[in-house]
Amino acid sequence: MAFLSMHGITKSFGATVALDHVELKIEKGEVHALVGENGSGKSTLMRVLSGAIQPDSGTITFDGNPYAPRNPMEARKHGIAMIYQELSLCPHLSTAENVLLGMELQSFGVIDRKASRKRTEDALRLLGITDLNVDVAVSTLPIATRQLVEIARAVALESKIVVLDEPTSSLTQADVEKLFEVVQILRDKGTAVIYISHFLDEIKRICDRMTVLRDGLNVGEENVCDVETDAIVAMMVGRKIDTIYPRSDRRPGEVVLEIKGLHGAKKPEDASLELRRGEVVGIAGLNGSGRTEMVRCIFGLDAVKSGTIRVGAFEGVAKPAARWSEGMGMLSEDRKLEGLAIGMTIADNLTLTKLSPIISNSKQVEDAQNWIGKMGIKCRSPLQVIGELSGGNQQKVAIARLLYHDVDVMLLDEPTRGIDVGSKETIYQLIDQLALQGKAVLMISSYLPELLGVCDRIAVMHKGVLGDTRLVADTDAEAIIREAAGA
Amino acid sequence: MKNFIKTSSLFNLAGLVLAWIAIFAFFWWQAPPNFHSLDNFKTMARQDTIVSIATLGMTCIIISGGIDLSVGSVVAFVTVVIALVLQPPPRINPGNGSIFDSLLTAVERGAQVLLRPAYEHPWAALIIGILAAAMWGFVNGMLITRLKVVPFIVTLGTYLLVRGAAKGLAHNHTIDSPTSWLNDLTSQPTGGDSWRILPTGVWLTIIFAIMVAVMLKRTRFGRHIVAVGSNEQAARLCGVPIERVKLVVYILAGLMVGLAGLMQYSRLTLGDPTAADGLELKVIAAVVIGGASLNGGQGSILGSLLGAWIMTTISTGCAQMGLDNWVEQMVTGAIIVISVAVDRLRVRKD
Repeated sequence: MAFLSMHGITKSFGATVALDHVELKIEKGEVHALVGENGSGKSTLMRVLSGAIQPDSGTITFDGNPYAPRNPMEARKHGIAMIYQELSLCPHLSTAENVLLGMELQSFGVIDRKASRKRTEDALRLLGITDLNVDVAVSTLPIATRQLVEIARAVALESKIVVLDEPTSSLTQADVEKLFEVVQILRDKGTAVIYISHFLDEIKRICDRMTVLRDGLNVGEENVCDVETDAIVAMMVGRKIDTIYPRSDRRPGEVVLEIKGLHGAKKPEDASLELRRGEVVGIAGLNGSGRTEMVRCIFGLDAVKSGTIRVGAFEGVAKPAARWSEGMGMLSEDRKLEGLAIGMTIADNLTLTKLSPIISNSKQVEDAQNWIGKMGIKCRSPLQVIGELSGGNQQKVAIARLLYHDVDVMLLDEPTRGIDVGSKETIYQLIDQLALQGKAVLMISSYLPELLGVCDRIAVMHKGVLGDTRLVADTDAEAIIREAAGA
Repeated sequence: MKNFIKTSSLFNLAGLVLAWIAIFAFFWWQAPPNFHSLDNFKTMARQDTIVSIATLGMTCIIISGGIDLSVGSVVAFVTVVIALVLQPPPRINPGNGSIFDSLLTAVERGAQVLLRPAYEHPWAALIIGILAAAMWGFVNGMLITRLKVVPFIVTLGTYLLVRGAAKGLAHNHTIDSPTSWLNDLTSQPTGGDSWRILPTGVWLTIIFAIMVAVMLKRTRFGRHIVAVGSNEQAARLCGVPIERVKLVVYILAGLMVGLAGLMQYSRLTLGDPTAADGLELKVIAAVVIGGASLNGGQGSILGSLLGAWIMTTISTGCAQMGLDNWVEQMVTGAIIVISVAVDRLRVRKD
């Protein structure tokens, strides 16, 4: 019996099956890699393990006992520590206060600062860290050190399983080495480490075994030393591109969007690209590589440091309002935070970019009804609050906004994220039709089959630098994954 | 039907009307008989005016996701300005004392020279008073949009700043002013004017309420206000000029507060720098009872007016029952909490 065994875990969100009878077995004192593309179900599986969500079916045994955490607190008490990309420390509290948060050492109701300090320093020393002042606020520490503080918290809690989710995505090479040392110390202590990363070279270096997921299914459990990098990539990609991606015979026209050496305030660092009428260009890359920031810079939502942007005849940076009037529209990757005003009606959301000074309700409803029909949006009425619709239908409204505005250049950031298969197909067909009508589409996606199926050309963003665009025919999933991971 | 209950603002308004009926029925039963007389209604309408007009601006601000704590101070400032302008042109007194006194004297002198032709004209006093309030709205709006400080902090600052400015301008006294038609704005029309039924101030409230409600419901600007409050990021993505929308909202609200100040002057018939203390909280309470969310994106003029009307009914009823002020305060406080709790339950239930 494995130390931790997740058996037959199944979880659906609406029509989407995120996990389908997934198995995961972890032994004491091993570093176990969890590998898969975005959307393959890794995060969902970890959220089940940490009690953030409950599976529809399946069982977990942990240390010989059945285990079914109802919330993250319960998982923590059982000794499961999650360390996410966005660290969960209180920036105003000191290292000692953060490490012992929720299990403060007190005597007579007063925190025993001396004992707290000692306990924290002990935990840090176990990880080989002796030169950290545990009394300063963690907000003054660099990211890499904060991550170590969080691992120290796991040690102080005597966690039996530590989950590291993309721990190196924001670290420098030296910090990565330090982290690897700490991971090895944890393993030697007998702690089980689950290591999630897109960087396959890291996995080859520090992991013992690996479980590969694809589309919510297990596709393999291997000893890391037995498989080549190419074989891992093949397992992750796995499938042929199906026929759900329509592709008409497109004839690209003149260039309508051109960026050269674009450098944003944060990211990207260097991006150059040409987009023509009647073509679909895809941007691949890992989360955080700067893809989203690139389109935000183009659309005037993020500040631009240097580089040129030309939209049709318009040269230079501009605000979103100007971009809309230049015939450019953008779909945000985050529907709830930025894409839609969830509390407003479908009609308002759809027509917000092009309202007349005096609003005629009947005209607005008529316009909305028109697009609801064309896009096949399921709703009771155009005046329904948009938050009540399913994700797929919300996304159709967000896209219909661009069509209602009749833009020529579309920036689509993750247009099919978190929506059901049916809505996805509608959106693929729509993108194809739009390209046929001479619209230019720039599309970001973390889902490779979709990019390969829909786009004419693809460029890969890696750590803020956009690579050359290649014809889809001249590239494949494995080449793109390698370029995105910098391998 | 369930969705209707959850999302319809009509349902919310119906709830407010029912709540008012219940409160009114209670006082009908308990208070002296003249409580439900027509005259008492008119009295209540008169008393409701100041809060109601200020509510119009506050509703827009709260829908846009902001807040304004400076309302009471600005109302006091306006009464002082109106009273000062209504007087005969003053003799300019030489400044003495601290740097602040000299500063004040300089400001006064400048204003007195600038306003010389305006003195003793009620119309001029009215316009200057309202513009002064709009100017404070502009100051609030500029600080919020340019400095990117949250509205709560900015208006907490102007709450003190404007109150202080009013006291300085009035040299810490109330300012008596000659009788003018401004005093009649909130009084019951009599004699040949009885056909008007309600005081001019009440009619003005109704007219402005309709204008602001139409602006919110039927114009692009109104929709932009809701969008900014509902989801500022989405509004930005859609090219809504967020900064300009916020600035204009605070200026408009300033104009409404100026009108409220005019009504306050009319009630007091003098300029009082300590007037309208705590008015901002009453106004916010009315807007919140009326179904607005302090997170923005939600609220209605009719709801806010009903909220103000409920509070006026409670205070009038309590007064006529001879109850102490503490009862009225506790009841009003309970109503605020209950109305918001009911709203939350209504939305949360699936």
